[in-house]
Amino acid sequence: MRFIFKTRYDQDIDLAGDAGQRFWYSMLGLALILAPWSLPEYWLAQVTFILIYGIVGLGLMLLAGFTGLFSLGHAAFLGVGAYTQTVLAAMGWPFPLSLAVAAGLSAAVGAVVGLPALRVKGIYLGIATLAFGFIVEEVLARWESVTGGNAGKTVPTIDIFGWKADTAVSFYFVCLVCAVLCTIVVLNLLRSPTGRAFVAIRDSEISAQSMGIHLARYKTLSFMISAALAGVGGALYAHQIRFLSPDQFGIVHSIDLLLMVVIGGLGSIHGAFLGAAFLITMPQLIALGKDLLPPAIGQSVGLQSVVYGVVLIAFVLFEPRGLYGRWLKLRTWFQLFPFYRKGLFKRQKTFQKSDRLR
Amino acid sequence: MQVLQVLVSGIAQGCIYGLIALGFVLIYKATETVSFAQGELMMLGAFLGLALMTALGFPFWLSVLSAIAAMGAFGILLERIVIRPILGQPAFSIVMLTIGIGYVARGAITMIPNVGTDTHTLPVPYRNQLLEFGGVVFAIEQLAVIGVTAALCVVLYLMFGYSKLGIAMQAASQNQLAAYYMGIPVKRLNSLVWGMAAAVAAVAGLLLAPITFIHANMGFIGLKAFPAAVVGGFGSLPGAIVGGLIIGVVESMSGFFLPEGFKDVAAYVVVLVMLMIKPNGLFGERLSKKV
Repeated sequence: MRFIFKTRYDQDIDLAGDAGQRFWYSMLGLALILAPWSLPEYWLAQVTFILIYGIVGLGLMLLAGFTGLFSLGHAAFLGVGAYTQTVLAAMGWPFPLSLAVAAGLSAAVGAVVGLPALRVKGIYLGIATLAFGFIVEEVLARWESVTGGNAGKTVPTIDIFGWKADTAVSFYFVCLVCAVLCTIVVLNLLRSPTGRAFVAIRDSEISAQSMGIHLARYKTLSFMISAALAGVGGALYAHQIRFLSPDQFGIVHSIDLLLMVVIGGLGSIHGAFLGAAFLITMPQLIALGKDLLPPAIGQSVGLQSVVYGVVLIAFVLFEPRGLYGRWLKLRTWFQLFPFYRKGLFKRQKTFQKSDRLR
Repeated sequence: MQVLQVLVSGIAQGCIYGLIALGFVLIYKATETVSFAQGELMMLGAFLGLALMTALGFPFWLSVLSAIAAMGAFGILLERIVIRPILGQPAFSIVMLTIGIGYVARGAITMIPNVGTDTHTLPVPYRNQLLEFGGVVFAIEQLAVIGVTAALCVVLYLMFGYSKLGIAMQAASQNQLAAYYMGIPVKRLNSLVWGMAAAVAAVAGLLLAPITFIHANMGFIGLKAFPAAVVGGFGSLPGAIVGGLIIGVVESMSGFFLPEGFKDVAAYVVVLVMLMIKPNGLFGERLSKKV
């Protein structure tokens, strides 16, 4: 059993709560810095992917997990970021500048999508973002002079004012720096009044409004920040994948992103990265498990989507707080040992009342 | 004349969208949640019909009826096993859950050896027959879609408006807890609604099968039925059909008049415009919550 004594008010809003957490986070940082020299190249690429998807996940987490608006077209923002980055990099812009423009353009697009969010909510918003995602995918496919259309487009290497990140290791560090910066930005945002306003909107729009929160402004802001993060992730994604085609940014990818934040754990920053790790390692695990299954099942194409679906259903049914929620329970069990009660994290049933009534 | 031809095929396509949208609306009206698995249920219904007709050799009418009944039972079962445990949770959970169900259904069909990855045609007796009427040629397949959709819509509309069951469903949708206190078996109604939605999806699948083909990814057409449901107003049964018709006609017209590429996004442009100017759809009720 562990006790945390709080002697200053600052301790409530510190990024790392206590000495133990600080120790473990620095360990994690050390492990990530040493990763290029301890992991084989293939796994380093996977970790890079986890960092990139983690950034995108942070954005979607901010929107879906903290503001309560869910987007079925997030891959479109990823696509806008990726193509902007590719086009600008091909024109010879330095990486930090083109990254900023990619994020900015995605944010602008996000603001446009955010507009219907002011009038509609819930499922309507989901459909608006879905529709938007389809339109962006089609634009990417048809605007051949810029995007290369369905034939695709190759991505040049990263150029930071003359220093080229052309090896796997140097690109890994670019991603690591971006991921750490984005995480710190989001963490700081969430303990600022803006972040608190997001959470208030998620919990109840009506009470948020009556506390003086400007719904329209904060919802649009949430969309913009979320889209900007997706744009940054998209820019890095472009460099990692080296070849862009419009079908990478379709509805299936959007649903994958949503699946990532749900499995990671809605409403937690850790969840974004845990979900990304899940999304990236799952195909590998399936590939490993394939040989153990009878060939009729193991070799079939549908296996992966069945596994994804079953895992998603299982999480929604049994662990709605996702991987992070599972870890939270485990940690609480150890912290409170032997006083952990079964009903500690029990979900409250809220029998929903209609929004449609006058 | 060619425009008229395009119009008829647009209406037939729109009826399919409308039928799938009908499933969304049924579930939304009764449980105020949205099922993203509707397209996949349609795909399962079509495959079931195919299996009954070709593998088991049932006659056409029997296999259609049994496929619809079996899908209805499957819907009830689905509700019992996976939806009911999260009754009373936020709507978002159910959305994710149905996306998961869609994944599993698509994957499971693809996993059937030799069948799942191919495209199939449904051997219906009215296949490839044409009917000429005043210089315009109608395919019987398309007329069948239009006729069945209209009939189904009337039946459902009467049921929701006048039968005790339909009114109980409306009550449960407006306030689950209050309906429960009034003696309405909310859980049983939910099962029934899911069964009905799955049966409607099976009808849509069997009607769509002769026009396109049966394959594992045919469920993605469900994503085009969302715009239909929104344009019509999510809570309105006739709205779903009207919305489907609008989407279908706009789509085929833009395929005919506008350059290539517009056909695929027409539905989504329509829905975005609709959400901007009239978020509740053509027949939707006003959305506002009293504090």
